[in-house]
Amino acid sequence: MKILVKGGRLVDPGQGIDAKLDVLLSGNIVEKIDKNIPEKDAGMKVVDASGHIVAPGLIDAHAHLREPGYEYKETIRTGTMAAVKGGFTSVVCMANTDPVNDNKSVTEYIIKMARFEGACRVLPCGAVSKGLKGEELSDIGEMYEAGIVALSDDGKSVKNAGLLRRAFEYSLLFNIPIISHCEDDTLSGGFVNEGAASVKNGLDAIPSIAEEVIVLRDIAVARYVNAPVHLTHISAQGSLEAIATAKGRYRKVTCDTCPHYFSLTDEATLGYDTNTKVNPPLRSQKDVDAVKEALRNNTVDIIATDHAPHEFTSKDVEYNLATFGISGFETAFALSLALVHEGVLTLKELLGKFTVNPARLLNIPYGTLAPGSTADLIVFNPSIEWTVDAAQFLSKGRNTPFSGWKLKGKNLLTIAGGKIAYRDPLFKKA
Amino acid sequence: MNWDKKDLLGIKELSREEILLVLDTAESFKDISKREIKKVPTLRGKTVITLFYEPSTRTRTSFEIAAKRMSADTINISSSTSSSVKGETLKDTARNLESMRPDAIVIRHSMPGAPHMLARILDSSVINGGDGAHEHPTQALLDLFTIREKKGRIDGLKVAIIGDIAHSRVARSNFFTLSHFDTEIICSGPPTMIPPDIEGIGVKIEYNMNKAVKGADVVMMLRIQKERGGISFIPSVKEYATLYGLRKEHIEKAKKDVIIMHPGPMNRGIEISDEVADGPYSVILDQVENGLAVRMAILYLLIGRES
Repeated sequence: MKILVKGGRLVDPGQGIDAKLDVLLSGNIVEKIDKNIPEKDAGMKVVDASGHIVAPGLIDAHAHLREPGYEYKETIRTGTMAAVKGGFTSVVCMANTDPVNDNKSVTEYIIKMARFEGACRVLPCGAVSKGLKGEELSDIGEMYEAGIVALSDDGKSVKNAGLLRRAFEYSLLFNIPIISHCEDDTLSGGFVNEGAASVKNGLDAIPSIAEEVIVLRDIAVARYVNAPVHLTHISAQGSLEAIATAKGRYRKVTCDTCPHYFSLTDEATLGYDTNTKVNPPLRSQKDVDAVKEALRNNTVDIIATDHAPHEFTSKDVEYNLATFGISGFETAFALSLALVHEGVLTLKELLGKFTVNPARLLNIPYGTLAPGSTADLIVFNPSIEWTVDAAQFLSKGRNTPFSGWKLKGKNLLTIAGGKIAYRDPLFKKA
Repeated sequence: MNWDKKDLLGIKELSREEILLVLDTAESFKDISKREIKKVPTLRGKTVITLFYEPSTRTRTSFEIAAKRMSADTINISSSTSSSVKGETLKDTARNLESMRPDAIVIRHSMPGAPHMLARILDSSVINGGDGAHEHPTQALLDLFTIREKKGRIDGLKVAIIGDIAHSRVARSNFFTLSHFDTEIICSGPPTMIPPDIEGIGVKIEYNMNKAVKGADVVMMLRIQKERGGISFIPSVKEYATLYGLRKEHIEKAKKDVIIMHPGPMNRGIEISDEVADGPYSVILDQVENGLAVRMAILYLLIGRES
């Protein structure tokens, strides 16, 4: 089937395009982009995108879909439904499932479930170490054959630097990146950022150096073996300074941050709302300012969600006991559009951090609407105002600190692999 | 000045006027404990539950006696006798207790924010009897009451608080009360036990204890919070006692009429020497006595008046 997306402003950073152009999709492929493509085929479905923006489907380089093992938190079905609602058409899912994705059987299971039940593409990330234990390498080659796009022990750092070195070396064989969760657990062990807010709320705190020292270590190890390193969910000013310096002398360093690290400060933890509990923790205003500056000057390449859905009961407890994480798919893009409204980034720059940059990191052919590429596309409007209501989430995880927030900018239509995967009620019928 | 809060969760939430209202109300209750018949009918028909998940001698006894002297019925629950050992969550415990229609629940818990969680879900008044390293509001109020009683004023005083500041809820609550007044607040202790950001709430840091006590009107000593890992922040208790144990030589550096305070429990020979603890400047037992009046005042303000 052909779908003609007509009358919209096409913004595709991968091709350097920002112009009023129509997009013709033919099945799973982008057939062409052009001015005023006529709607001649009888079977052609026409989407009127006039007044809206058309962009490649977004890529999330860091999410938790929880399946297998934690289906009470999220499934591949509910997670990808939430993803396409938020504008994502490719999602990298982390390995901390149960069992851990450290062997090809689990990788194959995820890919199979995604094919049957997924609303969009699911790209598994394999564990660096067996059982995420940091002791021995997982079955990296077999997982690669099965379809992983990256390696990560996300949830913790690979504590053993010797093993980390071997992982970086071994990953060169497959040309897949290692995604580093940066946290020295001898420095962390708390629940909120160490600073002015933790002095007031008395909660055990995580200093920013817990992140920064691992950023420095992982870059040093990667550089020594000439492997790429991607530092994920970066939150602290010191880490960003270290990354900016490293990028000046080693080009295989990339990093991402998440919307909560530029939307909220640790002041949000003062009321003990467990929905503000996330790892790394919400930082101080100066860190938030540094994250925004790093997004602007391209120290931060990618915005990822770190979508971390949890069941209500795991958050409905004392702050210390609550799980870490924010359900992020359904707010990430809208929160990020604030960067455009504030003048931190242009729309094209912002979309680059959601499309071509993660595609480049993962060596995947998505995130662009160049003719011949996969038909992943969104239509959104950056001006529509709406109010976040966690009860309306498609994700099983309603754990968000943004419920009740008024956001400006909304995804209206998601086409994933040539199929309409999500249509917002606000979007006029095609 | 009217009291319109349902709960007492922390000093942070209180205004200067509310703090003074508690102190003034406590003045009027102090006398009751000196009478032959130590009972007034103010809280007749009210029920007060103390729910303590951490050990306590002073605070729980004080709340219980305060409630009883005002004719309330009191029930004590400690973690070893509660269903928490059977795996019940705090929230469920609290909701079950609330079904028995208490008027106030005093909670002590090792986790900051636990009282706040209960306050959100319960109709009963929730009183924070100490939540982890966060706050211990009634302690700070009785401390301030004692300072005002002994000094006749609060403004213009220099107060030195010495010890394991990082892990102390008493220190935090005292910082919040004192910062409402024209006081000079100095904290002292090993650098590992003082979060630098504490200066943001109006507290000066002086690591050297000899300098910290110089010219002080009030010296408040704190113990090492062993239950919160305090020991791992110092090389040894012996060294700590040498550096931060209050002895007679320190008193000589302070103001002539200095008062020495300690929230208890004291570790004699560590943060305070016998001669100071039992000496003429010590108001440590006055603090305990005043605690009764302050807690009566809190109970009265929260549940004692017709709405």
